[in-house]
Formats: sequence, C-alpha cells, structure tokens
Amino acid sequence: MNRFTSFAVALFVALMAVAPLFLNAYHVDVLNSIGLYGLLALSLNLILGEAGLFNMGHAAFYAMGAYTAAILNTRYQIPILWTLPLSALVAGFFALAVARPVVHLRGDYLLIVTIGVSEIVRIALVNDVFGITGGANGIFGISRPELFGFVIRQPQHFYYLIWGFVAFTIFLFLRLKQSRFGRALNYLREDEVAAEGSGVNTDYYKLAVFGLGAAWAGMAGTLFAAKMTIISPESFSFWESVVLFMIVILGGAGNVAGVLLAAFLVIGLPELFREFSSARMLVFGLVMMVMMLVRPQGLLPAKSRQFSFAELSNKGSFR
Amino acid sequence: MINAVPPVLDITPLLALQRLTKRFGGLTAVKDVSFTVEHGAVAGLIGPNGAGKTTVFNLITGQYQSDQGEIFFAGTRLNGLRTHCIITLGIARTFQNIRLFQKLTVLENVLAGCHYRMHSGLVAAMLHLPSQQREEQEAIDRALQELEFVGLRQQASALAKNLAYGDQRRLEIARALATQPRLLVLDEPAGGMNEQETEALIGLIGRIQARGITILLIEHDMRLVMRACEKLVVLEHGGKIAEGPPEQVRCDPKVIEAYLGTEDDM
Repeated sequence: MNRFTSFAVALFVALMAVAPLFLNAYHVDVLNSIGLYGLLALSLNLILGEAGLFNMGHAAFYAMGAYTAAILNTRYQIPILWTLPLSALVAGFFALAVARPVVHLRGDYLLIVTIGVSEIVRIALVNDVFGITGGANGIFGISRPELFGFVIRQPQHFYYLIWGFVAFTIFLFLRLKQSRFGRALNYLREDEVAAEGSGVNTDYYKLAVFGLGAAWAGMAGTLFAAKMTIISPESFSFWESVVLFMIVILGGAGNVAGVLLAAFLVIGLPELFREFSSARMLVFGLVMMVMMLVRPQGLLPAKSRQFSFAELSNKGSFR
Repeated sequence: MINAVPPVLDITPLLALQRLTKRFGGLTAVKDVSFTVEHGAVAGLIGPNGAGKTTVFNLITGQYQSDQGEIFFAGTRLNGLRTHCIITLGIARTFQNIRLFQKLTVLENVLAGCHYRMHSGLVAAMLHLPSQQREEQEAIDRALQELEFVGLRQQASALAKNLAYGDQRRLEIARALATQPRLLVLDEPAGGMNEQETEALIGLIGRIQARGITILLIEHDMRLVMRACEKLVVLEHGGKIAEGPPEQVRCDPKVIEAYLGTEDDM
C-alpha cells in the first residue's frame, strides 16, 4: 500500500467511526443499508469478482439466512445473533446443493440457472413452504439483538454492529486474497482449463466459493432480519440480485475498495436524491450506461498482488 | 541355452499408450495408437496438421476421455481420471495456444503449479496462520527458482500479458515445472518463436532433461525435433505410421510420403 492509499483508508475508517455522532437517524439508517449491501456485495464479489462465476441469484442465499434466523428466533426463541452460524450453514449448504449439478456451466448459462434458483426460493417463500415462512406476509416479531446484555435498538447501535461486521469481513477477505485459496479463485476466473491443467481442482473451488459466498450472504440476512424485525419475500426479489451484481461490476470485480465504493454510490445516492423522485432512476440508468461505455473494468479495477521485496529476495538458484 | 533372469529394474516405460482410439462424432481423430516413452527420454510426436497430435495430448492429460484403449503412467492407469488428478500423479503440460492467467503476475502464474503440493485451507488462509505463512513463502521461493531456471526471474512482478511471446511460452514451461512433474508434455513449444528463441529452447529442453524429467513434445520445427528428440512417433490421419530414432524415421518412406505426398501426386 502506498502512502496515499494508507491515508485514504485511515481517513475513511476515522470518518466511519464517528459518522453516527454527527448524522440524524435517517442518514444513519441509509449508512446501515449501505453496510448490509456492502456486506452482500463483498460476498458476491468472491463468487463473481474473484472466481468469475456469473451468479445473479445471490438474493436467494440472503433470503435463506434471513429466514433461518427469523424462524429460529420466533419459533424457538434463540437469540438472533446466536443464529448467525446456523444461517451461514443453511445458506452455505443450500448453495452447495444447488451449485453441485450446475457448476460445470459457464458464463451466461450459469447466470440463467442462478436467476431460476432465486425465483424458486422467492416463490417458495411466498407460498409458505412447509408452513413456516409466513407466506407473502413474511415473519414478524423478530426480537432485538442483544450483545453482552446490551439490547441493540437504535439505528446508531445497528450502525456499529453492521459496520463492525463489514470491517471483520474485509479483514478476512483481504487475507483470503493473499493465499492459495484466493489465488485458486483467480486462476478459475482467468482460465479454467489452464487452472485444471496446473493441478487445481476447479470443481472443488467453484463449489467452495459458492458455499463461502452464500454463507456470508446468509449472515448478512441474519443482520437484516435483526435490523428490520420483520421480513417478507419482497425483500429478496430478483431486483436485489441485480443490484448486487451491478455493485460488483460497477465497483470493479475483485476489488474490495471498489465494491464498497459502488455500494455507497448505488445505495447511497438514490437515497440522497429522494426529492427528485422518479428522475433519479433515469439519471441512475444513464450513469450506468456511461460507466459501461467509458470504464467497463469498474471504478477501481482489481489489482494483482504486489509481492514485497522480502518475499522476492530468495537467493537460491535451481540445483 | 538358458535365458538369463532379467535384473530387478524398473523396466516398465514411464508412459504407455495402448491401442488408443478417440472419435468425435463421425471423425476418428485418433485411431488405434500405441507407443511408449521411456524414463528420462525426450520423445517427439510429429505429423502433418490435423494428424491428431494434440488430441493424443488431451487424452494423456485427461481433457478428453478415450473411446478405446488404455494409458498407463508409471504403472497407473490414467483412463477416467480428471485432469488435476493426472497432474498430481506427475504429468505437467503446456498448451499449443498459450494459456496463461493473463491478468495475474508472472509469479502468481508459476504459483499455480505449486498449488496442489500446498495444503492450507480456507480457515488458515483467512487467519494467516504461521503454518500458512511458512508454506506461502516456501511456494514463492520454489516459484522463483523455476523462474530463475527459465530465465524470467527479473519479470516476476510483471503481468503475464505484458511478456513477449517467447517469454510467455517459457512462463508456461515454468508453471508446468512448478508442479514438479516426472513427465513434461509440451505442445508446440517453439510455435511462433524466432531462430534465436528456438535455439534457447533447445538448451532449456536439455536442462530439463538433465533434471531427470522425461519430455514428450509436439513440434513442427524439424530442426528442433531432430536435435532434441531421441525418439519420434509419427501420426497421420489419427494413426501411427512410424516410430523410432529420428535418423530412422526421416528415411522412412511412409513418413516422406505423409509429408511430401506420393510420386503419383506429383
């Protein structure tokens, strides 16, 4: 990281840390939405940005997590934050189950299948599958999250819960990038045949990244359920998947900072320009088109890993 | 006279193809092909365009599955194994049309070859555990050694797509070598290279052989084939028409006919 980026990151973290102290509840709530979408987009970025797998059904995994949390909380009185690992598991295993038969599909074919899966999930929720999802009305009366005896109620409190989780996620995902696992995902994106031909088990990594991305989306779903206290199928429509897809592509697939920036723009800007009502979507669409024409690689395109001098200072020559 | 008992030696060939056949719809791309590659040899697979050479390579490395016949590598049957498993057994390959990870660095490309010998998983990666860090540094060292070996050490941080054509071919070889193979399968390694680069490649092939790695290559450049290979297998229309040392093969009337046509044609 050069000095400018370190400074920018430090400034951003400092601003985010004190932001709720200076903003009203509405604006804090907008930031909370941005945080949730940022979290979802970061998880989709693993699948779409790092591994290059076209998943346009991410809302399905988000929904699995939210409903798992809501059902466990309202029916079995399990504290909502305790359901985080369970939501992750349910969403992750669901992703593995649906990805297994279709994982060999590429590009647009996979895209169509994932859209289908997310629609199946949504319609199943609307139809009150197994009589536990509450149909079109959804599930209400989800209890407030509690952390060490402190009940999280106000937007300001949720702000720290959500953005704390975002920070934790960024920390883990950046490390993942600099590892054998993260590299394997990039090999998949760049050339699947060459990856397999270099000894990388491509099917395994495709499934693993689907499972991991979905598990993270499931946890974002839990946070969403906790924040809203009421969830319904309309929160997990196809449009959500499209927005997430858009955030990742617009920001720069494979770049954490880019994805976060795009989450701010795509979720934040329409909220700020609410008074222009319908015109804002028109402008938004126009901006998207211009972006794709002038900067198709995204706002901040993915950079390849920079190895430090120490890492490269191996002196040994071969045999 | 009593036959002498053969000494206990690993006399099985490293690679053995037995009556291999591959059809694509109505087209038989490879027809009843058998040949062997001995330990430590440099063998060449030659033949006119469309003779089925690359198909044979794809059968060996598991990209295609044969319709008939068997492939043995060091006594292990390869039929039905997936490509990454075959790589794990000790066969590495390069591609006819260079297949690098274009937007990744040269070093990251070579690290792909180190991948299967590493073990750290998802959790170790996310937490950067000390064992993972150590393994990572070992892999980087190993990859740098391979880059040094092919002469690309200085370009380690460059993007693969920014390398010159000949360098890209050498990078592919470095990536293949990083898997620590026993057999290296090169698909037209001199394709698109100029005379100087080809000369350097012949030297590189010799140095790879000196490391005890067996080589099987497809090549159109006859100077390279005649100089580098100890054994040639000639394919035409998917079938084997000749096999033997280069001097013998180049005089074989069938081979001359395949390359130049018969007298009747002239």
